[in-house]
Amino acid sequence: MKVLVSVKRVVDYNVRIQIKPDGSGVVTDGVKHSMNPFDEIAMEEAVRLKEKGKVTEIIAVTLGGAKGEETLRTALAFGADRAIHVKEEGEIQPLTAARALAAIFKKEGAQILFTGKQAIDDDANQTAQMTAALLDLPQATFASKVELDGTKAQVTREIDAGLETLEVDLPAVISADLRLNEPRYLKLPDIMKAKKKTIEAVSFADLGVEAAASLKTIKTTPPPTRSKGVMVKTVDELVSALKAKGLV
Amino acid sequence: MTVERDVMEYDVLVVGGGPAGLSAAIRLKQKAAEEGKEINVCLVEKGSEIGAHILSGAVFEPRALNELIPDWKAQGAPLNTPVKGDDVYFYLSPEKAFKMPGLFVPKPMHNEGNYIISLGNLCRWLGQQAEALGVEIYPGFAAQHPIIEDGVVKGVTIGDMGINHKGEHKSDYAPGMELRAKYTLFGEGCRGHLGKQLNALYQLDKDADPQHYAIGIKEIWTIDPAKHQAGLVVHGAGWPLNLLGTDSLGGSFLYHLENNTVVVGLIVDLSYSNPYLSPFDEFQRFKHHPVMKQYLEGGTRVGYGARAICKGGFNSLPKMVFPGGALIGCDLGTMNFAKIKGSHTAMKSGMLAADAAAEAIFSGSEGGDELTGYVSKFKASWLYEELYQSRNFGVFLHKFGSLIGGAINWVEQNIFGGKFPFTAHDLKFDHKSLKLAKDSQKIEYTKPDGKISFDKLSSVFLSSTNHEEDQPVHLQLKDASIPLAQNLPMYDEPAQRYCPAGVYEIIGEGEAKKFQINAQNCVHCKTCDIKDPAQNINWVAPEGGGGPNYANM
Repeated sequence: MKVLVSVKRVVDYNVRIQIKPDGSGVVTDGVKHSMNPFDEIAMEEAVRLKEKGKVTEIIAVTLGGAKGEETLRTALAFGADRAIHVKEEGEIQPLTAARALAAIFKKEGAQILFTGKQAIDDDANQTAQMTAALLDLPQATFASKVELDGTKAQVTREIDAGLETLEVDLPAVISADLRLNEPRYLKLPDIMKAKKKTIEAVSFADLGVEAAASLKTIKTTPPPTRSKGVMVKTVDELVSALKAKGLV
Repeated sequence: MTVERDVMEYDVLVVGGGPAGLSAAIRLKQKAAEEGKEINVCLVEKGSEIGAHILSGAVFEPRALNELIPDWKAQGAPLNTPVKGDDVYFYLSPEKAFKMPGLFVPKPMHNEGNYIISLGNLCRWLGQQAEALGVEIYPGFAAQHPIIEDGVVKGVTIGDMGINHKGEHKSDYAPGMELRAKYTLFGEGCRGHLGKQLNALYQLDKDADPQHYAIGIKEIWTIDPAKHQAGLVVHGAGWPLNLLGTDSLGGSFLYHLENNTVVVGLIVDLSYSNPYLSPFDEFQRFKHHPVMKQYLEGGTRVGYGARAICKGGFNSLPKMVFPGGALIGCDLGTMNFAKIKGSHTAMKSGMLAADAAAEAIFSGSEGGDELTGYVSKFKASWLYEELYQSRNFGVFLHKFGSLIGGAINWVEQNIFGGKFPFTAHDLKFDHKSLKLAKDSQKIEYTKPDGKISFDKLSSVFLSSTNHEEDQPVHLQLKDASIPLAQNLPMYDEPAQRYCPAGVYEIIGEGEAKKFQINAQNCVHCKTCDIKDPAQNINWVAPEGGGGPNYANM
C-alpha cells in the first residue's frame, strides 16, 4: 500500500512569533523553521505502519519555496521512501495545496493521504478536508488512533464529547491530532542517508494545478497584551473591583 | 552496560558551527578543490540550526572573510550595514555622560570599513556556503565526550537522545553516534565543555596566564524610524559599572542596523568582586541612561540573549594543539578585546587550522599527531600580530580601571602602535575575585518599568529557549551541598544573580531552603561554569537541539 504524507515547513514552535511592523504578516527572515509538528506526527504514523508491514511505500510531499527541501530531508530521515517538492515561491492557500495534493495522490495511485490536522503557522485546518472533497474520498480528521485492515481503516477521532471511532473505506484522507503518537528522534545515520537521496521537483504547471486566490490577508496583529493584575485581600474587595469594572 | 553506537569516519571533524568552525570547514573544502583531492569534513552543532546559539554584538571586520570568500558580496553575505559613525561615551552618572572626541579614541576602536551585522545570520550564510562545498553539517547534535584512545583524540561521541531526568532510557532512546576523524577541530566558543576537558587532560594552559572572561547581554530592539541612524555605533564605559576603580568593569554597545533595528548590550567583566552584583540588572538599569534611552524610548524589544566571552587574549592563549586535534576560535580564546571583536579572529584561527590539517592530510598523514603546522602558521599570521599588539589592554583595565587603563592603552595603541616593550600580566582567576557577602555592599536594583527595562523571565522568553523537559539536568553540581552550605553563607549564592536566565534560585525558608536549578531556562552562556567561586558547576551539553533559538542575533 502506497501512502502520501504531506509535510509543511513552518516557523519552529519554539520561536516567539513577531509581527512585521507594517502588519503584512509575521517575520520569517532569519527565523528557525522546521516541519509542522502535526505533520511530524502524520509522518511518524506512516513509518510505524510501514514497520508493521501494513504500508509498502511512503511518499513525502511539500509545497513551497526552495527551503522546503530541508523539510523533505527531515521526512526522508524519518523513513519516507521518496520525496516530491512542489516548488513554488510565494503564498500557497489551502485550496491550492489541496489541488496539488489531489493531483499527486491520483498520479501516484496512493491509498492514504496522511497529514497534520493543521499547520501551526496559519492554523487553517482546511487542506485535508478540501483534498478529500476534491478527490471525492472519505475523510477521517483529528485521528488519535489508526488501524488498517485491508481495504478499510478504523480511525479514532478526538471530538468534544470524547472519542469517536470511524471506519472508512480506502483510499481515504487521514489527518493527525496531537495524541496519535510521539515522533521519534531522528538518528544521525538516517539524516546522513537522507542527504543523499534525490528529491523530485514539480511545479503547479506540471500538475495541471491552478493557484487559488480565494483568501485575502487584510491585517496581521499581535494578540492584545495582558494588562497588569491587581491583588485583592478579601472577597468583598474582589466583588467591588468587579463591579467597578461593570463585570458583575 | 555498553551501548552499541554507530560509527562514521571522516578526515576532519569540526565541533561547533560558529565563525571559527564554519570557516575551517569551508577552507578545508577549498584546499581539497585546489589540490583536486577529496577531504571529508563533518561539522556538528548543538543548536537546533546553524546560528541558533550564536550571539555577538556585532561590529564585524571583514578581513578574514575577504580572505576566505573574496566575492562574498556577490554571494550575498549578510553584511548590509557599513559603520558610518563611531561614538564613544564615558558614562559618569545615571544622567551624565562625556562623549570622547574622536582624536582620543584608541586606534583598535576605529571602525571604518567595518560592518554592523548579525553574526547568527552570517553563520547561517557561511553554513550554506559550506554545505554547497560538500561539508556535512548536522545541527541538533551535541558533541558530549571526546573519544580519546592511547592519549590521542580520535573524534567525539554525540550525546544520547531520549534519557529521562533519572538517567533512564525512555522508549525513544537513541544512542549518540561516534564521529571519528584524523583531526578534530574544537570550535565550541568561549568555555567549551569539551575544550575544558581537553585543557585539563593535556594541561594546555599550564604556561598561559589565567583566561579572563566577561558576560555579554544583548537585546534587539525595533525603534522609532525618526531616531534610527543606520550605521551608527555607540560604545561606552562607566556607569552603572566602574569608570575610575578597578572593580566591576565593563563596557556597553548600541548599534543601529538596517530596518529600524538597534542592538544594545552590556559586557560585564567577570572579575567583579561584589557577590551582590547582577550583570542582568546592571544592563537593565543602564538602558535608562539618557544616551541609551533617547534611542530606545517608544521602541519594542524583540530579542534577548547572553553569552560569556574570553577576553584574556594573547597572554591567556593555551597550547593550541594536542594529538589528533586543535582548539580554534573562542574555544582557544582568540578574541581581540581591545577591538572588542572576535569574529574575524575566530574565522582566521579556523582557516589556519584548516590549512594545516589539509596539508597534513595531503602529505599522507593518518592523523592523530599534533598539528604543529597550525602553530607555525598562527605565529606567522596577522592574527598573532593583532593579538600581540592588544595583549596589554585587558590587563591595563583590570589594574587601572576603565578611564586610566583606557588612557594608557590609548598611548600604547596610538603612539607605540601596540608595541610597548613590556607585557602586563593578570594572574587572578575570575572565580577567585568575589569578596564575602558580609564585606560587600548590597545593590538595590529598581524594579523594571516594562518599557525600557524588564525582568529575567520575560527576557528569557524572547530568546526562544527550549529544552526537552524530561532529561537529566545539564548543569551538574560536583558537590550538591556546596550551594547551600558554602556559597549561600559566604557569598549569598551569587548564581542567583550572575545567571542572566534565572536558572538558579534559592527557594523556601529555614530548613526547607532549597537550591533549585531551572535548567530549561539555560541560554548556554557558560557564566556559571566560569564564575562559581567553588568551581562546582559543570556545564555539559543537554540533549541536542536544546537551548536558545536566537533569530538575527
